[in-house]
Amino acid sequence: MGYVLKTKDMDAILKKWGGDAIIFAPVRYAGQSEFSGQDSIRYGAVKSIGDIVFDEKSSFTFKEALLPLCETLFYFTENSVKEADGKEKSAIIFLRSCDLHALRVFDEIYLNSGPADYYYARLRENARFILMGCEKSFRNCFCVDMGTNISQNYDAYIKLDEGNVHVDNKFDGWTADFESAAQSSATVTPDYVTDTDVHVRIPENLSLDVMDSNMWTEYDTRCINCGRCNFSCPTCTCFTMQDIHYTDNGWAGERRRVHASCMVDGFTDVAGGASYRQGNGQRMRFKALHKVYDYKKRFGYHMCVGCGRCDDVCPEYISFSTIINKLEQGMEEVTVNDEK
Amino acid sequence: MTRNEYVPFSSHVLQVTRHTAIEYTFRMEYSGELKPGQFFEVSLPKFGEAPISVSGIGDGTVDFTIRRVGRVTNEIFEKYAGENLLLRGPYGNGFDVEDYKGKELVIIAGGTGLSPVKGVVDYFSGHPDEVQGMTLLAGFKSPSDILFLEDFGRWKQTMDVILTVDFAEETDNSCQIGLVTEHIPQLKVKNKKEAAVIVVGPPVMMHFCAKGLLESTFSEENIWVSFERKMCCGIGKCGHCKIDDSYVCLDGPVFPYLKGKTLID
Ligand code: SF4
Ligand code: SF4
Ligand code: FES
Repeated sequence: MGYVLKTKDMDAILKKWGGDAIIFAPVRYAGQSEFSGQDSIRYGAVKSIGDIVFDEKSSFTFKEALLPLCETLFYFTENSVKEADGKEKSAIIFLRSCDLHALRVFDEIYLNSGPADYYYARLRENARFILMGCEKSFRNCFCVDMGTNISQNYDAYIKLDEGNVHVDNKFDGWTADFESAAQSSATVTPDYVTDTDVHVRIPENLSLDVMDSNMWTEYDTRCINCGRCNFSCPTCTCFTMQDIHYTDNGWAGERRRVHASCMVDGFTDVAGGASYRQGNGQRMRFKALHKVYDYKKRFGYHMCVGCGRCDDVCPEYISFSTIINKLEQGMEEVTVNDEK
Repeated sequence: MTRNEYVPFSSHVLQVTRHTAIEYTFRMEYSGELKPGQFFEVSLPKFGEAPISVSGIGDGTVDFTIRRVGRVTNEIFEKYAGENLLLRGPYGNGFDVEDYKGKELVIIAGGTGLSPVKGVVDYFSGHPDEVQGMTLLAGFKSPSDILFLEDFGRWKQTMDVILTVDFAEETDNSCQIGLVTEHIPQLKVKNKKEAAVIVVGPPVMMHFCAKGLLESTFSEENIWVSFERKMCCGIGKCGHCKIDDSYVCLDGPVFPYLKGKTLID
């Protein structure tokens, strides 16, 4: 159902929800961008509509609400293990269409592939999602080509319009709140973009052979393996276990998991000392093919949602869409070599 | 409610055996279904969790062969006997001995690669009549790197054993000198086309062994390999073990060579 509300009435609803939920949304952190002098738009807890940045893209994503950057899993001693308590509050998350598609990737890996992840399931179970529309595309976006510009699976859609809030609600649990606060009912449909400045083409014949192309060499030196592209990516799901020891002998402590990046050193190190993909070029190949090739082979749709955040945050101005577009020539190069 | 796979259970360390300067086998309490080649996440104090393959299966026990490296370099592993360690698992597909029954079986292991496949060697050494013949070709860097030395004596009674080292200061008769690959052409196998072969070891070793086997007319489809990767979670979540579209922890670590050879990272 669609409604039009006064902003202050929407704020009252948010306040009510805030009783048992944390509301996560893109927030402006003035002057905190990695690029000097710019503001950083990242996720944070909000209390009112005015806290939320609707007209800019966030450089980090909602994923931290479901997979915290650093999460204690349990506490241990030699003989006992105590599971860490869950959050008291559930999460209500404001996000965009590309992000909702990214949520599908998280659910795929954390709930459906192999045994389900207890900690993710615990946060995911009561999480609600509020879609923010896109009137125009942002810099570096290529969602239309990735087929992620439209989403229907939101709990509510919210749009600001001249001091009013337009809502399309799909979650029964919220109907009464909106019914009682609405000025009027209305037909509200999400804004979405139908074209972007950036376009990508993923070659049909793409295969692992492209690893032998020279296209990766430039990233050996250009990329400084800082991992920012992974940490900002709404579909990067990897983590590493980390033990914190309370005692010198190491028998008591806690186990945490922290986000991990396949671009950063140590990602593949095995205990015996071996490690794979030493060069940043091949790490880039590994990341790129996961995003637009092998994930699809396994799960049937591409992992990358075309949000362009990896480009937004890269300190070396490396463009992922450019990499995708180089794959075609990369394939030509290795196929020609084959025929020789 | 979803089961919490990450919470380990506590298991008693029954015995710690030292093989080399840095390698030890921990015998620990465990009862439950288990296959050779599967792995557990073993929590080592000071180190954290590490994926360790099952190197032996006993009645109510499981063996793990563990290297003392990194932050545990100076730990005295012997003193762990009698303590408890945290474990979770088993994970991975492991070797299915049914795949090898009734066949001539060749097992080629390089270094610590012997651990994951040792359960298969043990099984057929106890049931020699279930294979048509069996050869174990095991290679180590030097005589002081040899693992499971005491088991080799037992294995020799029921199978052909070639124990080889890459180099040795002086030679006695206990092992030969040379890379495992150098022994492949001399393998005494009646029907190479039909024989089953398991190859486990470092990636380069597995690559050259497979090449050598194919040159000696063994069949690609009868070769199995096992991969070692940084398996953080063991359940397809952390991403560290992914190669192409495969997760070594979920789909492996044991792969038919035909699949394994496509997994290049
Ligand atoms: S591509 Fe850019 S953001 Fe990603 S690791 Fe390399 S330098 Fe960092
Ligand atoms: S790879 Fe880049 S464009 Fe694709 S989903 Fe991740 S951050 Fe967005
Ligand atoms: S070990 Fe974590 S995904 Fe395989």
